[in-house]
Amino acid sequence: MQALYAQLLVGLINGSFYALLSLGLAVIFGMLNIINFAHGALYMMGAFCAYFLLNLAGIGYWWALIIAPIVVGIFGMILERTMLQWLTGLDHLYGLLLTFGIALIIQGVFQNYFGSSGLPYAIPDYPQIGGFRGLQGGMNLGFMFLPIYRGWVVVFSLVVCLATWYLIERTRLGAYLRAATENPTLVRAFGVNVPRMITLTYGLGVGLAALAGVLSAPINQVRPLMGADLIIVVFAVVVIGGMGSIMGSIITGFALGVIEGLTKYFYPEASNTVVFVLMVLVLLVKPTGLTGRAA
Amino acid sequence: MTALTDDTLPITPRAMREEMIVFAIMAVLLAIVPWTGIYPFFVMQALCFALVACAFNLLVGYGGLLSFGHAMFLGTAGYFSAHALKVWGVPPELGIVIGTASACVLAVITGYVSIRRQGIYFSMITLALSQLLYFIYLQAPFTHGEDGIQGIPQGMLFHVFDLSKPTTLYYVVLAGFLGGFLLIYRIINSPFGEVLKSIRENEQRAISLGYKTDQFKLVAFILSGTLAGFAGALKVFVAQNASLTDVHWSMSGEIVLMTLVGGLGTVFGPVVGAFVIIAMQQYLAGFGQWVTVIQGVIFVACVLTFRRGLVGELAHLFKRSL
Repeated sequence: MQALYAQLLVGLINGSFYALLSLGLAVIFGMLNIINFAHGALYMMGAFCAYFLLNLAGIGYWWALIIAPIVVGIFGMILERTMLQWLTGLDHLYGLLLTFGIALIIQGVFQNYFGSSGLPYAIPDYPQIGGFRGLQGGMNLGFMFLPIYRGWVVVFSLVVCLATWYLIERTRLGAYLRAATENPTLVRAFGVNVPRMITLTYGLGVGLAALAGVLSAPINQVRPLMGADLIIVVFAVVVIGGMGSIMGSIITGFALGVIEGLTKYFYPEASNTVVFVLMVLVLLVKPTGLTGRAA
Repeated sequence: MTALTDDTLPITPRAMREEMIVFAIMAVLLAIVPWTGIYPFFVMQALCFALVACAFNLLVGYGGLLSFGHAMFLGTAGYFSAHALKVWGVPPELGIVIGTASACVLAVITGYVSIRRQGIYFSMITLALSQLLYFIYLQAPFTHGEDGIQGIPQGMLFHVFDLSKPTTLYYVVLAGFLGGFLLIYRIINSPFGEVLKSIRENEQRAISLGYKTDQFKLVAFILSGTLAGFAGALKVFVAQNASLTDVHWSMSGEIVLMTLVGGLGTVFGPVVGAFVIIAMQQYLAGFGQWVTVIQGVIFVACVLTFRRGLVGELAHLFKRSL
């Protein structure tokens, strides 16, 4: 049973990353009508940003959690201003091709300087409260041993996902955003600066990816290609869940992570492929995806 | 949906005559390669990729369906051909048939799944399916995982042509390429091709005119996948191996890049694009990962500045269809 719980936890962690990344993809797709192929590369940049902050500036994990998403988010906004905005009105394909090219450039540059092997990033050992050394160590829950950092990733990702959902579905800013998704021209006529909102939205989506990158740095090591294969799984998650609903992306992300974790326990050979197989099954049964509208 | 290309009208006899002249020039130029001192292996490799890119172009340029997993047909045909040739010891012609047929079966299955969604979803689905196959081939015993299938015997085609001789092999590959190219050209200019273009331009309208667009898309997908598989089977004789590289997503990206550089929806664009990209990889092989960066830069430059591609821009300049 210990092993089952451990795999469930791994599944929940992967699910957190799927949720954060597919959420960002959905937000970006809603506003820009672009599938952001560079999402995996930007996730990787988030992890590298944390690594640089620690090793070059001595700035630790907790600050990296705030700084890295902002830095990578600004980088994303520059990408949007200089390149993506020119694609408005063109076929979807060009957005995919352009962001694929951007992903190749980013990953290639990092591979050149850091090879393909992983760089270690330690779990933070502060603040030290009571018996805890930051997020290091673990707790015995009776039925399983819980490494604190892993529990933290799941809880924190869930909080961030729900906060994003709240921002978009329940605030005034979110209302503008949703309105601009439906009819940008009309929203502009009301005096809202839609192009700036598009840029900020892209920055938000990219920031979420970078945040996922920082969270994964102590677990998965920091590698130039850490996002390359992950993004393909996230695409499958997006196809399964559909991009119509924010909550749908969050739930699908976590659920698929858990299913993948269970597969690792019961039938490890299929753990790499289970998400793709599920995608095929969903397409056969309900082609529009679980929560999606027809595209 | 904005048009990818300018060729919305049926082809005129004059345009077809011009395209045939260009085709003849291309065929002659390729036929004299063995006497020019150009490394034939390079040209053979480029020809195989050119045919894959042409097959891919049939789907994206004329059907408007951007498949991001076309490497799966290339790789699958390669693995099945290689296995049949090496383990079962079949003659080359049968090896090619087996490889092409395997790609065809794969295209029927993946096509049935992926045409259920359109636009970017279609791209994501094909990419995910190719990644699924990648993991299957990584674990399946017959592919020998990371090592791949190596040292494949080339044999005697039809008991006549000795494929271990570079010149003979070159002409066999060239014949395969030209045959595949003409078949694709014929498909594009057939009534089927016209319906395909109409689906690309306005699917709702095509449906309202009574066309079962899903069937057309599926047939286009199967034709494209099978032809890409045929090229993959030919490539086995050139490279004498079949490996995971050919099923990886980065290979799918390269196929997309070749077509984009040459010109989406142009007849000759994918051929030009394939030669440009293969040549670039050859000359820049010493630069390691910078090749990936350069490919990325080309992607970005193509999308932002010349979406018509090399051939497309030329055709636009001379107001011709090429």
